[in-house]
Amino acid sequence: MTTLLEVENLTKHYPVKKGVVLARQVGTVRAVDGVSFRIERGETLAIVGESGCGKSTTARLVLRLIEPTGGTVRFDGQEISGAALRTLRRRVQVVFQDPYASLNPRLRVGDTIAEPMEVHGIGTRESRAARVKELLGLVGLAPFHAQRYPHEFSGGQRQRIGIARALAVQPELIICDEPVSALDVSIQAQVVNLLKDLQRRFGLSYLFIAHDLAVVHHMADRVAVMYLGQIVETAPKRAIFDRPMHPYTRALLSAIPHPDPRRRGMVKPLGGDVPSPMNPPSGCRFHTRCPFVQDRCKAEMPMLRELAPGQQVACHFAEVLPPHEAVAENGMSPVAAQRLALYAAAKARKAAKAA
Amino acid sequence: MNPLLEIQGLRTVFRSANGDIPAVDGVDLSVPRGKTLGIVGESGCGKSMLSLSVMRLVPRPGRVAAGRVLLDGQNLLDLSEAGMRQVRGGQVAMIFQEPMTSLNPVHPIGLQIMEAMRAHDTKASNKELRERGLAALDRVRIPAAARRFDEFPHQLSGGMRQRVMIAMALACKPKLLIADEPTTALDVTVQAQILDLLRDLQMETGMSIILITHDLGVVAEMADEVAVMYAGRVAERGTASEIFASPQHPYTLGLLGSVPRLDEERAELLAIEGAVPPPFALPKGCRFEPRCPFAIAACRNAPPPLEEVAPGHYAACIRAPVEHSLDLAA
Repeated sequence: MTTLLEVENLTKHYPVKKGVVLARQVGTVRAVDGVSFRIERGETLAIVGESGCGKSTTARLVLRLIEPTGGTVRFDGQEISGAALRTLRRRVQVVFQDPYASLNPRLRVGDTIAEPMEVHGIGTRESRAARVKELLGLVGLAPFHAQRYPHEFSGGQRQRIGIARALAVQPELIICDEPVSALDVSIQAQVVNLLKDLQRRFGLSYLFIAHDLAVVHHMADRVAVMYLGQIVETAPKRAIFDRPMHPYTRALLSAIPHPDPRRRGMVKPLGGDVPSPMNPPSGCRFHTRCPFVQDRCKAEMPMLRELAPGQQVACHFAEVLPPHEAVAENGMSPVAAQRLALYAAAKARKAAKAA
Repeated sequence: MNPLLEIQGLRTVFRSANGDIPAVDGVDLSVPRGKTLGIVGESGCGKSMLSLSVMRLVPRPGRVAAGRVLLDGQNLLDLSEAGMRQVRGGQVAMIFQEPMTSLNPVHPIGLQIMEAMRAHDTKASNKELRERGLAALDRVRIPAAARRFDEFPHQLSGGMRQRVMIAMALACKPKLLIADEPTTALDVTVQAQILDLLRDLQMETGMSIILITHDLGVVAEMADEVAVMYAGRVAERGTASEIFASPQHPYTLGLLGSVPRLDEERAELLAIEGAVPPPFALPKGCRFEPRCPFAIAACRNAPPPLEEVAPGHYAACIRAPVEHSLDLAA
């Protein structure tokens, strides 16, 4: 595998000012504070974390929608700056969270999807129109939808339009910023399936920003967990879910309620709130909420250390923490599983009949 | 023991140029004392309209067209507006998804809690109310309650705001708490705190809870009874353990298949095809029929009745249980 995206020590600090005329800087919000990661070709890296942890800011920094304070972003071996930005913008596309806010209500869907091709000078008017029809088919919509306006579509359909627009210029990397969190459960599943299918067909790489760990479990190859602007753990998906080593990763995992009443009461809430990024705690930023906190954690900031193949953890005591109780593999009840299998079979038959 | 709340044949409609559009269409439900009823469904299934109907807060041009809402045997739909005001906040309280929009941004939270208490107790002194307000904040585990009491909503985090809403809702010791997506806007660790709090408070006070959510995980964690709603009707209901162990309605199956699980690897999620029909163009027969893979011609004829498929377990599907409908293979 070759590396497609390489992010090193990415930093974004926002000054906090007070006063109107003579504004003095009174502090700094460290939205993203020294984040490094890489994405291989055809891979999905998920960044997870709670609101305010800097995951969306990271996505915007990679896209250069905002200027970083420091750090480098290399795409396909080339550092992103001035002249290289235009090619980057073709090869990296984005799908946003809110399908209502990210489509121009005055443009017909066909024009919205054709716009990126126009901007990058790809094809003629006719070839673009043909490509729009093809793209609509790819995302499960019909060619006649090109003539319609965004308000005529449901949330799930709009997200499909957003995906078609991202695909229009044949990108290699798509940054998905919470692409399914605004959608209903059944629609969410449709869009997740679509994203996975497109990845298989076109060898796409995804930077998948999400807060829902169950969706991440389904989508990602590797996972990076962020807390207060920093990555606290990064590992292949299996390792993150089976052997999480950072106390924060463990807390996130044990906070998820499972769709299974037999496991009721196993959710273990983590105390407290995320501290303000303007005044992050000294030492390890998680020490104010960590159940295993020691004196050293308050004084010394832990660095990311490789503790298992591909698994890096920023915790002084990761090796000596008590073992984590991973989710038992008991899955669904046999009756429910059997009926679900029947559902899947019936759905496939119905689809075959329709085709 | 008779249930605390019984909803019978509830129908809530919105007036339009083309006649009445049903948002809730013939719903029967009951909430046992001291227990939690989880109502699950996607946007537009009528779960929020159902709870607003119970509170008689359906916005115009909507209205409750038929049915009964019995709280302790008393039909809330028969009460005068003044009588209903005593029920709201007194016997039945409600919390919503976004606490920021439910709190007044220009008043300190303590004052708002006192205001809620004052509405149901005109005799108490301000000092007394302040003490009770502080105790209420303590009860929902807000740290440094005395300092928080005089803070404004914007100074609190989302989780703290939801705690304030819960404190306010519980100020008058309601028998029933309606929680409409109370944790949807919160992060998962904060969600776990709030659910934990709700469970402890229920144990302490013996109140019943109606928990409205789209998250099957939250339902499995909290609910004793579950009702799955689709397009204004109850598709399936029963105890939580029964619904998850032996789901009967194809819509319930589709929902379960749509949720990615941490304890299973699946190549593809079992998504439900299509989308919820709009309330002005509902199918005549079963409302799930256009999306249902098990549908047969008979499904289009008439809405299926909610029938008992196992003791205490009801499903509105003529094809349930699906394994007995094996003419599918043909």
